[in-house]
Amino acid sequence: MKDWGRKVGPLTGLVIVFALFSLLRPGSFPTAGNIELMLLQTAVVGTGALGMTIVIVSGGIDLSVGSMVALSTVTIALLLNIGVSPLAAAVGGVAAGAFCGSLIGFLVTRLRLAPFIATLAMWGALRGAAKGLANEQVIVAPSTWLNNLLNVLTDDQKWMIVPPGVWLMLILACIVGAFLNYTRLGRHIVAVGSNEQTARLCGISVERTKLVVYMLGSGFAALAGVLQFSYLTVGDPTTGTGMELDIIAAVVIGGASLSGGEGRVLGSLVGALIMTVVANGSTKMELPNWVQEIVTGGIIIAAVALDRYRHRRME
Amino acid sequence: MKSRGTEEMKPRAVYLEMKGIRKSFGATHALDGVDLRVQAGQVLALVGENGAGKSTLMKILSGVLHPDAGGMMLDGKPYTPRNPHDARLAGVAMVYQELSLAPHLSVTENIMLGMEPANFGVVNRSEARRLALDALAQLGHSDIPPNVPVGRLSVAERQIVEIGRALAIGCRVLVLDEPTSSLTAADIERLFVLIRRLRDQGKAIIYISHFLEEVKKISDRFVVLRDGRSVGEGKTKSTPLKRVVTLMVGREVTDFYPRSRRKSGDVILRANDLTGEAKPVAASFELHRGEVLGIAGLMGAGRSELLRTIFGLEPIRRGEIKLGVYSGPASPSLRWTQGMGMVSEDRKNEGLAMGLSVADNVTLSRLTGFGPAGMVFPRRQNQSASTWMDKLQIRCQGPGQRVIHLSGGNQQKVAIARLLHHDVDVFLLDEPTKGIDIGSKVEIYRLIDELAKRGKSVLFVSSYVPELLGVCDRVAVMSRGHLHRARPAKSLDESEAMMEATGAL
Repeated sequence: MKDWGRKVGPLTGLVIVFALFSLLRPGSFPTAGNIELMLLQTAVVGTGALGMTIVIVSGGIDLSVGSMVALSTVTIALLLNIGVSPLAAAVGGVAAGAFCGSLIGFLVTRLRLAPFIATLAMWGALRGAAKGLANEQVIVAPSTWLNNLLNVLTDDQKWMIVPPGVWLMLILACIVGAFLNYTRLGRHIVAVGSNEQTARLCGISVERTKLVVYMLGSGFAALAGVLQFSYLTVGDPTTGTGMELDIIAAVVIGGASLSGGEGRVLGSLVGALIMTVVANGSTKMELPNWVQEIVTGGIIIAAVALDRYRHRRME
Repeated sequence: MKSRGTEEMKPRAVYLEMKGIRKSFGATHALDGVDLRVQAGQVLALVGENGAGKSTLMKILSGVLHPDAGGMMLDGKPYTPRNPHDARLAGVAMVYQELSLAPHLSVTENIMLGMEPANFGVVNRSEARRLALDALAQLGHSDIPPNVPVGRLSVAERQIVEIGRALAIGCRVLVLDEPTSSLTAADIERLFVLIRRLRDQGKAIIYISHFLEEVKKISDRFVVLRDGRSVGEGKTKSTPLKRVVTLMVGREVTDFYPRSRRKSGDVILRANDLTGEAKPVAASFELHRGEVLGIAGLMGAGRSELLRTIFGLEPIRRGEIKLGVYSGPASPSLRWTQGMGMVSEDRKNEGLAMGLSVADNVTLSRLTGFGPAGMVFPRRQNQSASTWMDKLQIRCQGPGQRVIHLSGGNQQKVAIARLLHHDVDVFLLDEPTKGIDIGSKVEIYRLIDELAKRGKSVLFVSSYVPELLGVCDRVAVMSRGHLHRARPAKSLDESEAMMEATGAL
């Protein structure tokens, strides 16, 4: 019962910013078309935030996800160009992500690097790999159904309610949420984040758990890359610059603790939505970009400060 | 018991007085009318079980919390600190259980922290050093080098630095909260010498401790807190310990160490010349089914390392372990499946995941049987945890409550419940009664006795020899990494065990 505020806190924030912009721009903001657009704009960051939630709950951090998104778009474009089927190309992109995640896992568990350092290194290395693979150019790819994941729905597609990319994000969110809460491995991840030594004492293989965590984190980043590719329709080695910070911000606004053990998938999605709503609403208000950025900063501070306050009251 | 009449005739005035202190958090009355008086040049022991309100009272004294009702007088003037800084300025200093020093800063810097002598913002280093040396000299510990980072000092030395900090601000009332919980016997003696010295310098000292033997040794008077009230006070010398315990618990404690008829069976755990990284050194012992084997010794003798090596948390250099039919070293996860579980000495940092629920902590080592194919249904998990909560009488709001909100005794029961949930045969218990109240201690003794009766085996490490002699069938003493031969608890007495532990035997 005490955790109640924790669960609805971010959601209340979302309702408030949504209501605020609806009041200020009743004609253009709360329309069906604009809501669909905002969901589309959230899909990439939201999907990345699923993996980041797992990483942060385990007590880690992943700074390489923005570079991973770029590497994933490049991989998909290259695979499509050599004639691979779209599905296989997407799977290839995600597999590249899982591979890079296993590298991070190796650095963290075998070389005992702090996750911040290991993924800072990968942040640079993966960006470089993407540029190298792409010859520092945008890679044009043949048009396939992959390009339609994040299109605004046409009239005869309205039965889908929201575009397939958004469905992908929502369904995966449910799966990841259930994974963390209702599976043995998920509970082990939470335990490692809450107290690594306790986990070890209880016979949990901390190393193996962390390896899975970083594979999932980078895997979801690569999946976000699939959506980003769909959005761009090309492989772009410079895309997703700074996206890791948006993703981390979404998870933090959603109520996760950077010291591990706490975090909710639904909260992270809501966090990502809050950021989109603020950006979209500010555009509708014709506020300049820098105002949006300051407001986003303010929201991060408010979310974490509220959370701290609630924590203090509980103790 | 009450000796107020005689004291009021003494010439020395009451130095610090707390009267009718009340404090509520929501619906719970943490303090419900507490009176406490201490004079200059006196050591007052504040005793009580966990949750009796000792720490709340001291938080009020040091300005962290504000009382709902009641008042405080310091040196004849009303004393109402708004925050800890206020309290320090008034001369009330706390030395907490968990020391609050900056490990990277030097001894001098730590002692002068927050009140460095400075000219235009530039620290006057020689003056700071002089003041720090002064404080250390007052404590009779000029041997502590002032320029060394505190992180390189021993726990006992750090504590002296902390007390030095209190002196440097000119404290008149010094509160020591469980100061001996991580000290060796020799260091405790030195600390007592220091406390007497400060007392003779005219400081008023409040000494909080679970160890009544220490209270007996160091204090002049005592106050007992129970359920947020002061239920008794008196002169330490003329009050038998048993009386103090009765006041603390609120009832007569008759059967402190329950012991039913047990029958030892075959050997279930055997160590041969077991040698770890630094400790243990060539340890050999046998543990039988239905037996409680105690490991006594001083802090740092290698008792925890012995358990950790057996459990696979630390590497084995040489020697062999045989657990039932399994021989050789194993990881903790393998040990669990082989039917062995361990309760860590460090409840907060290793034993429990403080942020997780009671149910999660109880079931963490074995999350099977709560659903198909690796699934964990919280309802089943909670059901399973609830049975252990009932059996061990863990007092909490429910299986979903986070363990951080539980009292120390209940937290420890959660840690032990994990082994019961896993249904292990061999229990490695490292200081299972450390820092918990007497009521919970007795419940844990009772549980250990019941386990042994049911044919389980317990390896029981403790620094408190009387409980080992009371609970165990045999006791082995460890000193400097070496494990002495186990002997029947009946044939040992405390001084003998201590002699062996200090290497005098």
